[in-house]
Amino acid sequence: MVLVLIEHDDGAAIDTTLEAATIARDVAAQEDEPLEAVGFGTVPGDVADELGEYGVDTVFAVTHDDLTDYAPVAWAKSVRELIDDREPSAVIAPGTDRGAETFAHLAAIADLPLAANVVEVDTGGDEGYELTRQRWGGSLLEDARIDAEPNLLTIVPHEVSAEPATEAGEATLESYTPELEEGDFIVQVDRREESDTEGVPIDQARVVVGGGRGVGSAADFDQLEELADLLNGAVGSSRAAVNEGWRPHDDQIGQTGNKIAPELYIPAGISGAVQHWVGCKGSEKVLAINTDPEAAIIGKADYAVIADLHEVVPEINRILKEKHR
Amino acid sequence: MNTLACIKRVPETGAKIVLTDDNQAIDTTSLGFTISPHEECGVEEAVQLAEETGGTATVLTLGSPEADEQLRTGIAMGADEAIHLETDGEQWGPRATASAIAEGIEAADESVDLLFFGNESADQENYQVGVRVAHMLGLPVVTGIKNVEIDGDTVVAEREISGGTEVFELPIPAVLTVKEGLNSPRYPSMRSKMQARRAEVATATPERSEANDVEMIELETPERDDSPAEVLGEGPEAAEDVVAVLEELEVI
Amino acid sequence: MSEKSVPQQAHTVIIGAGIVGTSLAYHLADQGRDDILLVDKGPFPDPGGSTGHASNFVFPIENNKEMAMTTQEAMRQYKSEDLYTTSGGIEVARTEERLDEFERQLDSAAAWGNEAEIISPAEVKEKVPYINEDLVTGGFWEPNAGVVDPLRFGEIKRKAAESMGALQSFANTEVTNIQTENGEVTTVVTDRGSIDCEEVVIAAGLWSPKFAKMAGTEIPLTPAVHQLISVGPIDELEATGEAVGYPIVRDVDTQMYERPSGNDMEVGSYEHRPILWDVEDVPSNEEAALSPTQPPLTEDAFEPSMEHALELMPDVLGDAEIRHAIDGLLSVTPDGMPVVGPLRDVDGLWSCAAIWIKEAPAFAKYTAQWMTRGYPDVDLHQSDVNRFDGYGTSKAFVENRANEGFQKIYDIVHPAEQWQSSRPLRQSGFYNRQADLGAEFFESAGWERPQWFESNADLLETYADEIEPLERPYEWDNRWWSEIILAEHLHMRDNVGMIGDMGFGIFDLVGDDVEAFTQKMAVGRTDVPVGKSVYTPILDPSGGFRSDLTMVRLAEDAYRVITGGGEVGPDKRWFRNHMDDMDVRLIDKTSALGTLGVWGPNARELVDSVAEEDMSDEVFPAYTAQEVTIGEVDAWAFRVSYVGELGWELYAPMEQAGRLWDIIYEAGQEHDVRPVGMGVYGTTGRMEKGYRLYGHELELEYNAAEAGLTFHGVKDADFIGKEAYAQAIEEENAATLCTLSVTDHESSDGVRRFPLGHQPILSPDGEILEDEEGRRSYVTSAGSAPSLGKHLLMAYLPQEYAEEGQDLQVSYMGDTYPVTVERVGSKPLFDPENERIFS
Repeated sequence: MVLVLIEHDDGAAIDTTLEAATIARDVAAQEDEPLEAVGFGTVPGDVADELGEYGVDTVFAVTHDDLTDYAPVAWAKSVRELIDDREPSAVIAPGTDRGAETFAHLAAIADLPLAANVVEVDTGGDEGYELTRQRWGGSLLEDARIDAEPNLLTIVPHEVSAEPATEAGEATLESYTPELEEGDFIVQVDRREESDTEGVPIDQARVVVGGGRGVGSAADFDQLEELADLLNGAVGSSRAAVNEGWRPHDDQIGQTGNKIAPELYIPAGISGAVQHWVGCKGSEKVLAINTDPEAAIIGKADYAVIADLHEVVPEINRILKEKHR
Repeated sequence: MNTLACIKRVPETGAKIVLTDDNQAIDTTSLGFTISPHEECGVEEAVQLAEETGGTATVLTLGSPEADEQLRTGIAMGADEAIHLETDGEQWGPRATASAIAEGIEAADESVDLLFFGNESADQENYQVGVRVAHMLGLPVVTGIKNVEIDGDTVVAEREISGGTEVFELPIPAVLTVKEGLNSPRYPSMRSKMQARRAEVATATPERSEANDVEMIELETPERDDSPAEVLGEGPEAAEDVVAVLEELEVI
Repeated sequence: MSEKSVPQQAHTVIIGAGIVGTSLAYHLADQGRDDILLVDKGPFPDPGGSTGHASNFVFPIENNKEMAMTTQEAMRQYKSEDLYTTSGGIEVARTEERLDEFERQLDSAAAWGNEAEIISPAEVKEKVPYINEDLVTGGFWEPNAGVVDPLRFGEIKRKAAESMGALQSFANTEVTNIQTENGEVTTVVTDRGSIDCEEVVIAAGLWSPKFAKMAGTEIPLTPAVHQLISVGPIDELEATGEAVGYPIVRDVDTQMYERPSGNDMEVGSYEHRPILWDVEDVPSNEEAALSPTQPPLTEDAFEPSMEHALELMPDVLGDAEIRHAIDGLLSVTPDGMPVVGPLRDVDGLWSCAAIWIKEAPAFAKYTAQWMTRGYPDVDLHQSDVNRFDGYGTSKAFVENRANEGFQKIYDIVHPAEQWQSSRPLRQSGFYNRQADLGAEFFESAGWERPQWFESNADLLETYADEIEPLERPYEWDNRWWSEIILAEHLHMRDNVGMIGDMGFGIFDLVGDDVEAFTQKMAVGRTDVPVGKSVYTPILDPSGGFRSDLTMVRLAEDAYRVITGGGEVGPDKRWFRNHMDDMDVRLIDKTSALGTLGVWGPNARELVDSVAEEDMSDEVFPAYTAQEVTIGEVDAWAFRVSYVGELGWELYAPMEQAGRLWDIIYEAGQEHDVRPVGMGVYGTTGRMEKGYRLYGHELELEYNAAEAGLTFHGVKDADFIGKEAYAQAIEEENAATLCTLSVTDHESSDGVRRFPLGHQPILSPDGEILEDEEGRRSYVTSAGSAPSLGKHLLMAYLPQEYAEEGQDLQVSYMGDTYPVTVERVGSKPLFDPENERIFS
């Protein structure tokens, strides 16, 4: 048996779970074993159906009176108990914050090795599984071996595609109540807070809009300010714009300014000299707006718009405002 | 409050990584070394808390003799003490690493109230050393933290989730594994760097645990995604496509 | 990024889009090239080379004229794009010796037309309030120093050339090969396709050697580390609200600088141990964490620099955060000068590399002129890429000299200072004999050449009276010098001396068209009988000096060309470039022949005693050459003298040179023959005879009439530069080369001082002389003339001052000294009718 940890939200399995399930099904097929899943809280039938399409036979829905919210040790112990019951050869989780955390606890509690960031598994190795895992944010791959009972693996999010099984099956939903202790809930989500996005500082903003020499004047930063507002983000600038006196130094992104790591960085009118790139290379995605298709920033960006920012940014703002309405 | 930050010496790589001929390691000939970015934030937090409460901040590393450089960077950032668990430079697995660190911390003179680890190391990305150490020390732990507040005997730790944060409250002493964005780590100054060069570093040579662990066979560099940026369009007409991408990235 | 492929053809391909490549593209377009391709493996505007991390400041004052002139031109270009921020700059002295150097720099500033002032520690503090003035003994204030933005400049220039329709630019395009055919470039191969082209310029900074290698040749430079860090924020700088809030400080005695940049201070150092890189180890753009040329700081090497910076500016630097710290890679050549020009062995291939930001646009402009019309406006011979021909292009040599030269970047370098590494490299066949005789070797173009011989110290007594007035009590004046030189000189004039090897560059020109070819190249008539020689200027089309050299007709279809050892590479290139379809071959003999000069009143008696041939004036007149046999040695004898004496240059096969030395030395004992050094050959003998030296008196800025080298008249045959030359003869000179003597050596401190060259000449009122073309008068060569009892200077003087007996002044390290014009033109001061040579 192969066991996969699932996460669900709003009545559906989240996509990273389906990616992990895809790998888990492959592992199960190689082992010629059934695929089972474990989730927490009330697992809706829709989720079970969805998992059925991914080849899961049985979904264990873990419930416990004290398990009112996410609690990593409680989750880990529950999976541990299920492992003892079901004796899987591999236990697989999505490498999400929760998946990774739960499995780190699981590995520590069960005294087992854990292979994180896995993208590929070959169960037919001489000693245990041979697998490929990502390192360095994906710029390096490691071929590794794991040989334990069971093998614990987490799967890199958004690296493998989620593919339903060729023959859709049906998953049975089973309730599972583990034996947990008070101490297992020392760490549990206490509360949730909405993020406060007003006046978000540049090094903590989820979205940063950057302006450089191409902006042309201090006044022309208004368009970028508006875009940043619409995205609950912050505005930054290149050294050139600071040197021109268009922006305060606090705004500067670069080797001698702020280092940012937002989810999205939108450099507009910035050519992308090394000095600047050093400050923004931690961004998850970069969407560059530049008139020069050969500009350095275009070579480094994920998305590019070859346009004059003075034309395209107001247009983006207009569309966003319409959507807000 | 006494704090401790675990750090790791890692090469500063570019977009493309070059391997040694035997594919067993990264060719670091032309590379510099740094502290993993998450851990830099750990050091900053540890130093700030110790400064605020009049405690001692310690930096600890497990690594080659050269990792002394990173410990001294930690001192230059404001740490008071440094512990070097010296290895021969071989890459240790997460289990052996965690055992050695846990033993190192237990052996240290001063008790520690808060321990900081990076959520994962930049080079290995095993996502587990901090948690394993916490279990070995019998301490509560929470991972992926981007905000830390102290409230008496409790540490309030926040983790980012879509649209907000989820908040954990842990009794001190505790372990936190943190992520970049927690704070803005200071850069050492010239003066602090000079002082750090003269600071003392406590050194121990731990035994490498033989526990069954994931074993590296070899490294390979992935087929590089050399694909140029996806050009969404030219001129103002591209605005629609930009908005579509913003939606796809869930930043609206 | 775009994936467009490169065009299949272009006239010119420029490799490298840093400050040099982009500026060059513009200047080529500006000068009429209309089909240029600029490629770089990195992105625009910062492809990852040294331009991207340069310190970007300009201190206009240089002791070297070529650097001073190019810096001035570059400043004009930066200013015209409004990319020059004048901040002023101060070199601070920590020692007394440095204050002396500042005086010398003041002379250079005056000579090349720059503003500067020596200021007190208090004045330094006034300009830079955060400096610890207790460490400072004085300052050298350059009000026009400033900071430029080279990336922006390059971008503007590139776009300008593009909008002229003359340039296509390709970023992210890697050159993988340069193909040649019959010694000519044909094709540049890139990862986006191949380009057939007429000419290729390697403007690839520290990668240049790699590309030269692809084409089968060499560009001698090595990547070397220049450490710099950026610290901030600094309130004092922030408060100014300026991009450069205070003057840039060069802490020259610790080889460092501190440059304000916004609210940051950039602290750079040349103090650390030299750290050279192999170009093959420089990572690609993708592999590099920052940029290929910005590897991380080697911390331990930077430690002394940190201490020095902290002690100089403790208040602002102490607690500012180190925000950026790199080992910046830049290009270092064996002698610290750029490597520019057409490469000697591949037609159509040019180098434009190892150039600082502060000169780059100027070198680009002059290289463009050189490419489009055959010569630049400003003399670049010190930067000629071919100057290391035959000895100095190996990796070991480049590395040794780069290691040594790195430490001289801010150091006080005496004009005669000798290199110590990679020596001895070129030893003539006389070397061991000379070493046994206590030779003090200087190096020139790799050759070990005795400057004087300690074994001649006994002559000091013989000539004590003549030497006494020319003794140099001041250490700077007598560094790398000995009064034995004066004694050797006098002995040679009275008896006979032997000088060898002079380190000439020698090549033979052979072929049916050789007479026509040499006629085309030379000002002098070369249609002379076999055995006759011609000393001739070699001009470029503007009439400026490309070289001066001697040709001897060996046969109807053969000439021997004798030129300076450092000039042979550029000269060979110049000759080859003009061969067109003529039947001429060039055969280099530089390393095949050892040259022994035997000169003095007793030279004939001495040579005659060991030669099989009759050496009498009837059989062997002056300025002719013959084959002779000296003892066992078959030699080629040329009766000529650069020291103004009767005698011969004897050219023997290198392996028999030692034997030749022994024969002459033994036979010469009867006449008390003495080995004589280059101190006599290159300076004292030459100065007395008014002989001009290429690179000193002879350069592109002055024409043959001004140099006093028009004795050939205008021959009928066409030659390069004829029109300009003829015009120069017809027109009145704007300036004329004169020989002056110092009439009072006593300084204000009562020490006898001896100017060493490159000082400005002042009118009796103390005004710097400047001719109507705006050229200032400065000392081109200086040297003592023991037979005249005078210290001589050569200088171009404006016509109104070019009169014998005119009293003037020379400025020298803080004082002025009276001088008088001894000679206008080239007539020698010693033996003006050349009776000795013709005796």
